[in-house]
Amino acid sequence: MTDALLDVAGLSKSFHQVHAVRDVGFTIGRGETFGIVGESGSGKSTTARLVLRLVEPTRGVIRFRGQDLATLSKEALRRERRHMQMIFQDPFGSLNGRMTIEQLIAEPMEVHHIGDSAERRRRVGQLLAEVGLPEAARHRFPHEFSGGQRQRIAIARALATEPQLIVADEPVSALDVSVQAQVLNLLLDLQQRHGLALLFISHDLRVVEFMCDRIAVMYLGTVVEEGQKAEIYAEPRHPYTRALLDSAPGRARKGAPLKGDIPSAANLPTGCVFRSRCPRAFDRCTHEAPQPRAVAPSHRVACHLAEE
Amino acid sequence: MTNQAPILEVRDLSVSLPISGRMVPVVTDLSMSIAPGEAVALVGESGCGKSMTARAIIGLPPPGAVVSGSIRLEGRELTTLSPRERRRVGGRGIGFIFQEPMTSLHPTLSIGQQMTDSLRYNLNLSTRAARDRARELLARVGLPKERDLLNAYVHELSGGMRQRVMIAMAISCNPRLVIADEPTTALDVTIQAQVLELLIAMRAEIGLAMLYISHDLEVVAEFCDRAIVMYAGDQVEAGTPVECLKTPHHPYTRGLVDAIPHAGEARSRLSPIPGQVPSLGSWPRGCRFQPRCPRQDDRCATRPELATFVRSEVRCWHPLAGEVS
Repeated sequence: MTDALLDVAGLSKSFHQVHAVRDVGFTIGRGETFGIVGESGSGKSTTARLVLRLVEPTRGVIRFRGQDLATLSKEALRRERRHMQMIFQDPFGSLNGRMTIEQLIAEPMEVHHIGDSAERRRRVGQLLAEVGLPEAARHRFPHEFSGGQRQRIAIARALATEPQLIVADEPVSALDVSVQAQVLNLLLDLQQRHGLALLFISHDLRVVEFMCDRIAVMYLGTVVEEGQKAEIYAEPRHPYTRALLDSAPGRARKGAPLKGDIPSAANLPTGCVFRSRCPRAFDRCTHEAPQPRAVAPSHRVACHLAEE
Repeated sequence: MTNQAPILEVRDLSVSLPISGRMVPVVTDLSMSIAPGEAVALVGESGCGKSMTARAIIGLPPPGAVVSGSIRLEGRELTTLSPRERRRVGGRGIGFIFQEPMTSLHPTLSIGQQMTDSLRYNLNLSTRAARDRARELLARVGLPKERDLLNAYVHELSGGMRQRVMIAMAISCNPRLVIADEPTTALDVTIQAQVLELLIAMRAEIGLAMLYISHDLEVVAEFCDRAIVMYAGDQVEAGTPVECLKTPHHPYTRGLVDAIPHAGEARSRLSPIPGQVPSLGSWPRGCRFQPRCPRQDDRCATRPELATFVRSEVRCWHPLAGEVS
């Protein structure tokens, strides 16, 4: 893709003996929503943090707006950060409770020396309106707001530096369904208005299907399948993706649920990481890790069975 | 529904809690009955009173709570029992499964110790017989026999295994009713599917009656016979879960269905319910959903009764007839 805003290749992270993320690669175009789905321990949140270099990668290239973030100096990285922001699952934990909403939203602008203080205050007003919060919210504190409102505050803060990419890690998982819908709609509206690209991390397959253009499915630190959302949801090619979709509520269950637990990332199976739970594993899966291969123009699957 | 005598019969259950010096209602006039082998779901968002209902039924309401109404387990009134008798009847007759097994299982007692304590207390088994029974139960919920789990501790188990231990404990004293409060919410989807399958099998095998608490109507639709939708302490709709999903009659149920993305649909935006769930103690008069309801009018200032509408029961002056598009 020539118009890629973000192009990640060979991204890996090990914490001592634990290989949390291995050889992850994907691209995100401008204004596109790319989803990463996976269960706990799949490495999806670590991947999100690696992309922003909040966690230092062990290996890999993170090409963002044409330069490799992985090799940028701290100072250059800090400057580049204004173009990428993050929203977390728990807006209570990620908003400093001692700061007013105005201070919280203005802080990223101060960090990046955007405007003077009068301009920043004016901009806070604009941002509050954009995320659907009253002007009066400005002088209040995070604890005075509900979970959904706090997530709106986090979104306003993320928008303050006019980023091109927002990484959202389970942004609605802690919210009740009626509030979830409000926040998802808001993200879509803002994305459309500002041409934002979204890296959307979630375990909720329904939400991912609704939000994303393309997705990557992760299992134990690797991407097992990646492609157009519609294609993968209609015809999953990796046995894990198939099992995951089969298990999701609201979808007709086709097979028996997967057996067993997700293995520990400290003690990975040899060969294919999924083979210990795969209903279709055979000899080759034990000693050879499948490489991602294209099964359609923009659809890649890491499975020996996807070869022909 | 069957004609058998219900296992659980709840009539006009109300619960109030002391909040900043006054009694605040958290559940109002809830009634339901569950027949043998039947699974009934309580569905709603946080703060709607579903967990409080469960706690009232098992006789463990929060300190200071006032519970009124009738709760009968196999015909026996529980609310008038002494605490000691209640523990005895409830301990054997009702099993429960909580959302987070990590916090409801004891961290420093072995699995065997926790399981045998309850077996010895409730069934008067000897230590040895209790350990045998515990082993049998663990095998029954699909835990590997080759691992000696009786000597294991909670932290050594995965989330799915912990929930299986919870289920084994819940059915250990041959209860007639199992109450499961969001038992799969904290689990990964592939593990969630395993646990749901186990619960369904248990229900069929032992003819358990089940009260299943969930925020997710689609999960419930997979295996519950009836769903009760709650909003702000009120039962607003009761019917089959499929009916609630496909032709919701209460505007709140409709709102819930429209707010979630559904598999394979093409909508450019979701339809959220405007506003938010009112906090405890500030519920509106009359119909509690009216400030957020698109069908609200003057009539809604009076609280509607639960009335039969099509195949469901609905608490609304202006119930919806049509299908979800």
